[in-house]
Amino acid sequence: MTLKLRDLTLLDDGFESGHGLCAGCSESVIVRQVLLALANEPVVALATGCLEVSSTRFPDTAWKVPLIHSAFENAATSASGIEAAYKALIRKGRMADRPMTFVVFGGDGATYDIGFQWLSGALERGHKFMYICLNNEGYMNTGIQRSGATMLGAWTTTTPAGDLVPGKPQWRKDMTGIVAAHGIPYVAQAAVHHWKDLMTKVRKAEAAEGPSFLNVFAPCDRGWRYEPEDTMAVSRLAVETALWPLYEIVDGEYKLNGPRHKSKPITDYLASQGRFRHLMRDREPGVIEDIQANVDREWARLRARCGLEPEVVKEAPVAASAD
Amino acid sequence: MVDTQERPASGDMAAPATSTAIAVNGGEAVAYALRQIEPEVVAAYPITPQTLIIEKFAEYCADGLVRTEYINVESEHAALSACVGASAAGARAITATAGPGLALMFEMLGVASGMRLPIVMHLCTRALSAPLNILGDHSDAMAMRETGWVMLSGSSPQEAYDLALVAQTIAEHPDVMLPCANLVDGFMVTHAVERVDVLPDDVVREFVGEYEPETSLLAEGSTATYGALDFRDYYFEHRRQQEAALYRSQPVVEEALKRFGEISGRSHKIIEPYMMDDAEVVLVLMGSAEGQVHAAVDAARDAGLKAGALRIRLLRPFPTEAVAEALSGARVIGVLDRAIGFGSVDNPLLSDVKSALWDQSARPLTKGFVYGLGGRVVTLGQFNQAFDELRTVLETGETPGDPTYLGLREDGEVPA
Repeated sequence: MTLKLRDLTLLDDGFESGHGLCAGCSESVIVRQVLLALANEPVVALATGCLEVSSTRFPDTAWKVPLIHSAFENAATSASGIEAAYKALIRKGRMADRPMTFVVFGGDGATYDIGFQWLSGALERGHKFMYICLNNEGYMNTGIQRSGATMLGAWTTTTPAGDLVPGKPQWRKDMTGIVAAHGIPYVAQAAVHHWKDLMTKVRKAEAAEGPSFLNVFAPCDRGWRYEPEDTMAVSRLAVETALWPLYEIVDGEYKLNGPRHKSKPITDYLASQGRFRHLMRDREPGVIEDIQANVDREWARLRARCGLEPEVVKEAPVAASAD
Repeated sequence: MVDTQERPASGDMAAPATSTAIAVNGGEAVAYALRQIEPEVVAAYPITPQTLIIEKFAEYCADGLVRTEYINVESEHAALSACVGASAAGARAITATAGPGLALMFEMLGVASGMRLPIVMHLCTRALSAPLNILGDHSDAMAMRETGWVMLSGSSPQEAYDLALVAQTIAEHPDVMLPCANLVDGFMVTHAVERVDVLPDDVVREFVGEYEPETSLLAEGSTATYGALDFRDYYFEHRRQQEAALYRSQPVVEEALKRFGEISGRSHKIIEPYMMDDAEVVLVLMGSAEGQVHAAVDAARDAGLKAGALRIRLLRPFPTEAVAEALSGARVIGVLDRAIGFGSVDNPLLSDVKSALWDQSARPLTKGFVYGLGGRVVTLGQFNQAFDELRTVLETGETPGDPTYLGLREDGEVPA
């Protein structure tokens, strides 16, 4: 089935309005895109986080699909248990064999940090489930604390921009690469603003014979300090600056989905959010250079893995003409 | 004084002719029960002394004797997490662990009971770290008491097998719907090879039936939400409902044990009295020291003391009335704890027993004993010593507040 926006608007996506997520939050948008893209009946497992507390407050629930939230770190293991139950119940003739898809939604804290081992174990065992990381680069539900996904230099409540330390001192973990190292059949990076790319990837993930992982860029207006209406613009900037390239790894083969070229410097992205304001006040040029260097290094590595030539650095024409 | 009470013969009913006697250790006896139950999901992580169960069960899986999905998880926390997912999906889910593994599961113990999922765990009781110790005591089980699980404790490989079957029917009973733990004493039971009378597969399958949940994640058209967020408007009520269900489980346990007695000829009760009809001085215990305690009772009676013993088979919900009733004729009660309740008024089992006795019109004198920590060898002499001390309490009418540490070396003494 081709993805047409007009058709999608007519479908019931399984996630009701009236949930408690913030205005401008990218998570409900991603959840809807994922649920709409699925061909099979889903069962959803949630990690503790914004999505969970905002959508399942008893006696209400925003979900029209079966759902389980167990704890913070173990949503991948919930899916392991559900998938095992599904296989055994069918094998024993205790339920009809009907196609189902087991989807996990976890934040970056649940994925990069506290749930790392649980996810790794489930991937290694090869359960057929889809793990969606809603990556908003921090513990937003508990009040904007840093995680292993938080960018270098970012202000958070546990990495405040002080006189001595200008925000988070470390870069970020390459979680997509770490997951890919498990050798699972489908791994991808996506972003909230590119619905067609995300939904196409969800379909590929669902069709994969084994575990699949989507690391989805999920800007947070409250935590990143920008206006709620700018979520899609911030997400787009992350891709254009090659901070968050869109790519997929199918059976180990890398393929770049965008951007074709890094068209903007990282400062365009940093300037869009209050969490980097202390850097942009020109107090920390060293940090900005470090961020750009990290972006460039990862971008070059990704292009190489995708079999692409190194990119000509367009934003520095003076340096290029010096040769 | 003369011992007027007749000593009971072992095994109070003839075993049905259909039983088969096998020689296995307690771990394998549990695995045998798991094969007969054939749950949809077993999720476990290896830890001594539980490995006997999961290795044997892995063989059953490898040989195609069960259709179970056996998940070799990466930690005990994941073992119980996988069981939570599987149980919510409508499957019968079983795990097994010990000591530090249980400690790692701790968060999920409350999730399993709070979500009202009838998971069964076989807990091979083991000391907690530090210092690291792989051997048996009840530190783990006692730390689990307030997590909302039904907790059964056996004393032999036979009972490990029997309670493994009974636990399944208790957990899944519609009046209960709570997880249930089968405590199997580490090494003393898990690794002890004894005769175990096993029932035919078809008899077991009829006894345990199939798990038919009211709702599940995989039910057709399901919109169930498991593990919702509760705030100050609902959490209290849900906790109260959970508590009520745990107390409701006691008659279900009694009924399940009775029903099991009918098919097996082994009539287990929630408490196990020995020579209690006229007993004045009683040792209360849980677990595998029963045989030695009974021998000490016999010796004490030979020495003219009206001694008795009471073993707790149902640790949670604690059978308050049954314990109080059984102890109503006693004048001095010693309680054997195989764990320390650090900083508590009393050690765990003594604390439970004393609480059960508080509302009685005539409260007996009590005395605490600690024994067998970290696999310290348990001897008949230790329990003879306990009865000697209880005799002094009986004669003087005074009981020292501090527990006696049976088998503990004095300062400067070197290990034998």
